[in-house]
Amino acid sequence: MSNFPGSGIVKGLAVTARNFVGSYFEKDRLTTEQYPEERPVLPENSRSFPFLVYDGDDPESGMRCVSCKICEKECPPQCIFIIQDRDAGGKALKRPKVFDIDISVCMSCQICVEVCPFESIRMDQDYELSAFDRFAPLLLDKSRLLKPNSYYRRIHPTEAAETDARVESERKKKAATAAAKEAAKPAPATEGAS
Amino acid sequence: MMAAPAAFSPGGTPVLPEKNRTIDVSLGPQHPSTHGVFRMNVTLDGETVVKLQPVFGYLHRNHEKIAEGNSWLAAMPYTDRLDYFCSLTNNWAYALAVEKLAGIEVAERAEYIRVIVGELTRLQNHSAFLGFILGDMGAWGTALMYGFREREKILDLFESLTGARMMCNYMRFGGCRCDLPPGWLGAARKVVDGFPAFLDEMEALLTGNEILLARLQGVAPLAPARAINSGMSGPGLRASGVDYDIRKVDGYGIYSRFKFRVPRGRSGDCYDRFMLRVLEARESVEILKQAMSGIPDGPILNPKGRQRGFHPPAGEAYGRIEGPKGELGFYLISDGGTRPYRFRIRPPSLINLTLLEELCLGTKLADVMVILGSIDIVLGEVDR
Repeated sequence: MSNFPGSGIVKGLAVTARNFVGSYFEKDRLTTEQYPEERPVLPENSRSFPFLVYDGDDPESGMRCVSCKICEKECPPQCIFIIQDRDAGGKALKRPKVFDIDISVCMSCQICVEVCPFESIRMDQDYELSAFDRFAPLLLDKSRLLKPNSYYRRIHPTEAAETDARVESERKKKAATAAAKEAAKPAPATEGAS
Repeated sequence: MMAAPAAFSPGGTPVLPEKNRTIDVSLGPQHPSTHGVFRMNVTLDGETVVKLQPVFGYLHRNHEKIAEGNSWLAAMPYTDRLDYFCSLTNNWAYALAVEKLAGIEVAERAEYIRVIVGELTRLQNHSAFLGFILGDMGAWGTALMYGFREREKILDLFESLTGARMMCNYMRFGGCRCDLPPGWLGAARKVVDGFPAFLDEMEALLTGNEILLARLQGVAPLAPARAINSGMSGPGLRASGVDYDIRKVDGYGIYSRFKFRVPRGRSGDCYDRFMLRVLEARESVEILKQAMSGIPDGPILNPKGRQRGFHPPAGEAYGRIEGPKGELGFYLISDGGTRPYRFRIRPPSLINLTLLEELCLGTKLADVMVILGSIDIVLGEVDR
């Protein structure tokens, strides 16, 4: 290579020219996506904000959340707010009355998902969350958080399949132990218990 | 020959050029090439810097105190936000300190994954650095875009592995959060194999460029003794010719199993600090190749390493790693409870920044930006 004065600049310009021309012809250099007409294909692990999974068709009865408040305690920025539901007699029920997540505070760390023992809270992939107001639209309540299991299966297929298998095996185990208990108990006692 | 005008202001007393007249200039906090919200009060004699006072704290978020009020696990996502370019190495440093404190063994496969993601972090930090320092010299655009194009590929890998591009929150005490998804290693291999070509391209574009040489060579040299005394670490220290890489010195994780060289500079000027990153990226590629061919199967998390309700025994530990910017350390004190009693971070950016005034004295104003860029700081880590 000759080293005339300015050869370094010329060499650099050759690189720029190659990139410039290449950006019109090479497929992997055409990096711009025409959003919103084109949408990025998100990887399966990709996450945005948490949501609540429910089984079946009815969000209220199919809710997996039992209001144990572990996620509320573990959440690093303290953005989850739960009030446990109670029946008319004041007895605590295994479901939340209020379940709010302030996604303007949430930092998408996924710790609530990891600590949830009931496979109830999971990460969403929805990223189009802009709103006209800073407060109410970003404070997600139960109605906006609850999403069906079919949606979860669509966005995280592998993870959802594992979860479903685990839930199913646990249900079977529970049913088996319940049946065993039933068989062991004397008949009148079970009638009285129900 | 024309005489100098006697007065510069119309009417009134004539303003005469004085000897030793200095000007105070406030650089920042919003200048685009100050790498975040950072201010410098510069006193100039003509164009020469005679005094420089850094002002920082604009991005202070009380990280250490927040971590002391939260559980041990809940501090992990906050470490992502220290040096937001290198969240995975931050995770690693914190996990390492906690593992040292509690005496947790790390799963074998997780050690390899940590090395892989840690070195990928180094690659993307250095490719962004190459772009940013060119921006500091006034070449906004081209070099930065090339660097970011390559960084983007690595961020895509991070997203498919950890779920987030920058705020990964991936490592856990005793391992990692999730296993590599199928096909990830193949994709990573492709990126790593293509990386030397990117470095060659970057070198063809930059390292022989006469303007770049004029702007970097001989600017702000740093003597090895001074670099050591100031507590500098990382590429800035090695550029001065000091052979000190914590990956070699401590051999933390499984670094002692890999063959790699530690590049060193000679004069410690801005050009050495710039070139050292290029050379270091080449060595990282070598480590990555070895790690990716040697990764074993197995669990990724030590089953003894508890995450929720984790409470290490009372005691103290200092865990440090060779982050892309220097020595990143976490000093933790536990009183046996579920919260850290003391949570102290030793950020490389802040301690490397303490030399800024000394490096800048006697240089021209235009060099100040380049010197700041060559130290490679991130304000999220300086201010915490």
